[in-house]
Amino acid sequence: MPATGDPRARLSGVTKVFDTGNRQGTVHALGPVDLDLAAGEFVTVVGPSGCGKTTLLETLAGLTSPSAGTVAFEGKPVLGKVPRGIGIVFQEDASLPWLTVWDNIAFGLRRAGLAADEIRARVDYAVSFMGLGAFAAAYPAQLSGGMRQRVCIARTLVLQPRLILLDEPFGALDQQTRLLMGDEVLRLWRETKASVLLITHAIDEAVMLADRVGILSARPGRFIELVETGWPASRSSRIVAEEAFGRLTAHIWSKLRVEAMKALGRVGEVSRAGP
Amino acid sequence: MSRVARAQLAVVCGFFAVLELLTRAGAIGPLTMIPPSAMAARLWTMLMDGEINAAMAQTFANVAIAFALSVGLGFAAGLTIHGLPRLRRLFDPLLASYYAVPFFVFYPLLIALFGLNRWPLVAIGLVFGAAAMVIATLNGLDRVPPVLRKLARAHGLGRAQAILLVVLPAAAPHLFTGLKLSLAYSFIGVIAGEFILSGSGLGHAIADAYDSFDNPTMYALMLFVVALAISLNAALHVWEQRMMARRSRR
Repeated sequence: MPATGDPRARLSGVTKVFDTGNRQGTVHALGPVDLDLAAGEFVTVVGPSGCGKTTLLETLAGLTSPSAGTVAFEGKPVLGKVPRGIGIVFQEDASLPWLTVWDNIAFGLRRAGLAADEIRARVDYAVSFMGLGAFAAAYPAQLSGGMRQRVCIARTLVLQPRLILLDEPFGALDQQTRLLMGDEVLRLWRETKASVLLITHAIDEAVMLADRVGILSARPGRFIELVETGWPASRSSRIVAEEAFGRLTAHIWSKLRVEAMKALGRVGEVSRAGP
Repeated sequence: MSRVARAQLAVVCGFFAVLELLTRAGAIGPLTMIPPSAMAARLWTMLMDGEINAAMAQTFANVAIAFALSVGLGFAAGLTIHGLPRLRRLFDPLLASYYAVPFFVFYPLLIALFGLNRWPLVAIGLVFGAAAMVIATLNGLDRVPPVLRKLARAHGLGRAQAILLVVLPAAAPHLFTGLKLSLAYSFIGVIAGEFILSGSGLGHAIADAYDSFDNPTMYALMLFVVALAISLNAALHVWEQRMMARRSRR
C-alpha cells in the first residue's frame, strides 16, 4: 500500500442518524466509523442485515450526507454530490430498459461530454472486456440478471473511476455466477488500478476479493475489526480451496455470528452460547 | 398480421356483416337503423361534396387544442404535485373521485364565462382530458425505480437532466397511457359539448340530423366519429407497442 499523501478515500467519525418521520423519532443507523482506503486497495465490508452497509457506501459516495463526521475523496471533502472519479454499482438492477446494452454503457460517457471516437473506443473495449460482445445491440430485457449487472459494471468501468463502490452487486445472483463475477471484478480491479469498496453479506465473497475485510457490528454499524487477508493481487476464485481462506472465513464468522444474532434480536442466546 | 389481430378484424367485419344482413332483411327497420353500406355511401358523398368540411375543421381543431392543453397542463401538474408530497396528500383523494363529477352540468357556466364560441368546448375537453394525464403522470413517476434516480445522481446529473434523461424515459409507459386516455376524453368532451349546446361542429351536425329525421346523415356521421376515434387510438397503440417491444422479453 502506498504511504504518500492522502488516502484515496477517508471516512472520519462518520455517523448517520435517520429521522423516521413518525413517533419512533430517529434511528441511529451507522457509526461512528473510520476508514482509510489506500490507492489501489480492495476493501470489502461484511455485516449483518440492517447494520448500515448500504448507508456506509452511500455516504462515501456523496449520495447521503453524514449526520456527523467527514468524508473525503482524494483529500477533498465530499459534500452532497458524487465527485467525479467515483463509480457506483448498485445492488438493484440499474440498467436502463429503453437503451441498448451499448447505449447503456455509453450513458455516463455521453454526459461527461467526451468525443464520439473516444466514447466508441471505450465502450467497445468495455463490451468485449465484460464478454457482452454478442449482446451490444440487445436491450436489457433480453438479458439474464447476471448479464444486466455486467452491463452496469461496464457502464461504471468506462468512466475510468479511481474509486469503485459496489453495493452487494451480486446479491441477486446464484452462487456460481457470483464466484465468476467475483473473478471479473478482480480482473477489472487489476486492470484499472482503482480502489474498490465492495459491500456484501457473503463472507466467502468478502474474503476472496479483499486486501482487507471490514467487519461491521449490528446496528448502529461500527467496525469491529479490519482483517488483512494478505492475498496476492493475482488472486482468483480458486483461492477458496486454500487453507488460509478457511481460517479467515472461520475467524470472520466467529466475530460476525454474535452480531448477526443481535440483528435477529436473539441477544439472550448470544450470552448463553458464549464466544 | 398476428393471429389475434386477424381474429379481432374478423369480429369487427362479422359485426358489420350481421348488421348489414339484418337491416337489408328488414329485421331492423329503416327508421331504427340503415345498413352499414348505406352509412358508408352517404359518408362518402358527404366527404366528397365537402358538406362537413367546416364542421370537421372546427371539431378537429377543438379536439387538438383540448388534447394538447390536457397533456401539457396535466403533465406539468403531475410533475409539480409529485414533487410536493403535502400537495400530493391534498390532491390524491380529489383525483381519485375526479371522474365521479358530471362536468357537463357546468357547460352552461362555461358558456357564460367564455361566450358562445370554441372555448367552452375546449374547456370541457380539457377538464375531461387533463385529469387522466395528471393521474398517469403521478403513476409513472411513482414507479420509477429509486435506483435509477440514484444512478442519475451518481452520474452527476442535475435535476432537469435527471428528469429528461432518466425519469421521463422510465415513466414513459405510464405517460403513454395518459396520452391515450387524454385523447379519448378530449374527443368525448368536445363532441358531447357540441352535441348539447353548440351551433356547429360534428357533434352538432349529428344532433341536427337527428332532429330533422335525417337518418342516413346521422348514421354516416356516427360512423365517421367512431371510426376516427378508434383509428387515432389505434395509431397511438401501434406507436406504444413499438416502443414497449424492446423493453419486454419476447
